[in-house]
Amino acid sequence: MIWLTWRQFRTQAATVAAALVVVAAILAITGPRLAVLSSAGANPFLTRVSAADSVLYYGSTALVHLLPAAIGVFWGAPLVTRELELGTHRLVWNQSITRTRWLATKLGIAGLAAMAASGLLSLAVTWWAGPIDAAAGASGGESFPALISPLIFGARGIVPIGYAAFAFILGVTIGLLARRTVAAMAITLAVFAAVQFAVPFAVRSHIIPAAEQTVTIGRTNVQSFRANNSGQPQELTVAGPPGAWVLSNETIDSTGHAVAVLPAWTADCMPPPPGQARSRPNAPAAQACFAKFADLGYRQRVTYQPADRFWVLQGVETTLFLALSALLARLCFWWTRHRLT
Amino acid sequence: MTPVLRARALGKMYKQRWALTGCTLDIPAGHVTGLVGPNGAGKSTLLNLAAGMLTPTSGTIEVCGGRPGSGPAQLAKVGFVAQDTPTYPGLTVADHLQLGARLNPGWDDALARHRIKRLALDPARPAGKLSGGQRAQLALTLGIAKRPELLMLDEPVAALDPLARREFLQDLMDAVAEYGLSVVLSSHLIADLERVCDHLIVLVGSKVQVAGEVEDLLAVHHRLSGPRRDLSTLPANQHVISASHTDRQTTLLVRTDDPILDPAWSVGRLSLEDLVLAYLSRPAEPGHDHRPAREVVR
Repeated sequence: MIWLTWRQFRTQAATVAAALVVVAAILAITGPRLAVLSSAGANPFLTRVSAADSVLYYGSTALVHLLPAAIGVFWGAPLVTRELELGTHRLVWNQSITRTRWLATKLGIAGLAAMAASGLLSLAVTWWAGPIDAAAGASGGESFPALISPLIFGARGIVPIGYAAFAFILGVTIGLLARRTVAAMAITLAVFAAVQFAVPFAVRSHIIPAAEQTVTIGRTNVQSFRANNSGQPQELTVAGPPGAWVLSNETIDSTGHAVAVLPAWTADCMPPPPGQARSRPNAPAAQACFAKFADLGYRQRVTYQPADRFWVLQGVETTLFLALSALLARLCFWWTRHRLT
Repeated sequence: MTPVLRARALGKMYKQRWALTGCTLDIPAGHVTGLVGPNGAGKSTLLNLAAGMLTPTSGTIEVCGGRPGSGPAQLAKVGFVAQDTPTYPGLTVADHLQLGARLNPGWDDALARHRIKRLALDPARPAGKLSGGQRAQLALTLGIAKRPELLMLDEPVAALDPLARREFLQDLMDAVAEYGLSVVLSSHLIADLERVCDHLIVLVGSKVQVAGEVEDLLAVHHRLSGPRRDLSTLPANQHVISASHTDRQTTLLVRTDDPILDPAWSVGRLSLEDLVLAYLSRPAEPGHDHRPAREVVR
């Protein structure tokens, strides 16, 4: 059965393997230069990352996010439906091999290949982006996102392995239920994309209760203002701890309640619109404005996941996805034994 | 004789619709059994149940002494060539033999290679590029080289042209003669079965209408023709399968174990096709179904 599975799977496997080799080669060629650049100094390093490296950074990150989806759609969904559509399950199930062993071999080989492919890609990208990720964590995430932020978290470390296993078995399960390859591919893509978007906010941010800190609002820590069309400030944010994933960033008044809309006088604190004199934040009006925040008891409450929780969250989330995959695999076996004809 | 297939009150329901109900039958070992019936009679369902592709909704089925599909040992005993003789279009003929060799402990590689050579199939050719007849032959090769006790074929020749059909059936017969396996073959074409089967089961509306060895069936069924008469005047041991009347004449197809003594009849021998058609065209008899599934055993 291993022979047959490999014989059926080898083209798909070779396609992904070839793509991985190309990506790995590009990363291997450009990676050392980046490492040399970073060892020259910490903060100036991020400003000296070339545009090409920036494209590689975001491109490779996107690739790690996309690979599990591609695996689910192109490896998982057709795994069983193609046999059902061609009727070949009626050939193979009448050899001296049970359906359980047939499915177990298919799931085992393609599933392990899926996890290996995703794991290797993540390893390569994690290594390549290491200098940038480290510097971004130290700098406060202005030029590059923090390692633990949703955009980067899912494309580093071990979670891509969990995603790949889950996407693959999700594709197989949907294929078994839908029985049609194209429909199964479309549904798999939609469901997996929904899971990928939902998990960071619905699950990951709650795995460990978020840390919280309340700070005074000052000229040095204010990160941004959001104003309405008439230039009236609505909200402001302050910088979170370095490398943290900031979940909420809200202004509270002296009673501790969140402020929905900033008072009108805070307009003085805002930096001038682009193109006007840059000296204004230093002007006495701005200083008085920030002083007024403190006098009236306004403070800023930031909830966040600190950077040092990265590996704990990676471990928990990977385990979670592997457990979910195991559940889906059980469903697949049950369905194949009892519902498939 | 131990039956190679034994069904008792077997039923299968798909989504609120019964494809087979209350099917009770025995198929003896060592025969080539033809399973004949109109489309929708439940032939395919029965064979799929026997191969373990389906599980029964009600009743029991036993094949070669075991529950179909219950494990590798059971699967090894039963060969099944499913309808439309599925093969992997992307795999070559040689790949299919490799598949058979790796998935069947009893695989007879010499047999398989010899057959492929004799059929002049190119081992390097993908199955998707074979003709319908060649594909059927490849599927049959897989079924035979597995060396099962029972080989079942579901409408194996339905998609083939007459010449390919004849070759396929001839080839099947040679294999049966050589390896002594029991065969169950379904078809709605009686002419196909007449050539190869020595045992026949007529299935209509999931009920066995008649079952028995072809020779015996032909010996006990007669065509009677004579002056017009009322059927109620027939002896009790003559069962009318079909009757047609003109103003002056009556033609009957009767079944009886006893000789026809009435000199008024001229007695004619039936062909298998006539016999089967008479059973197939017999209307369902919910009111006086007094001879359900009679077996002819001699």
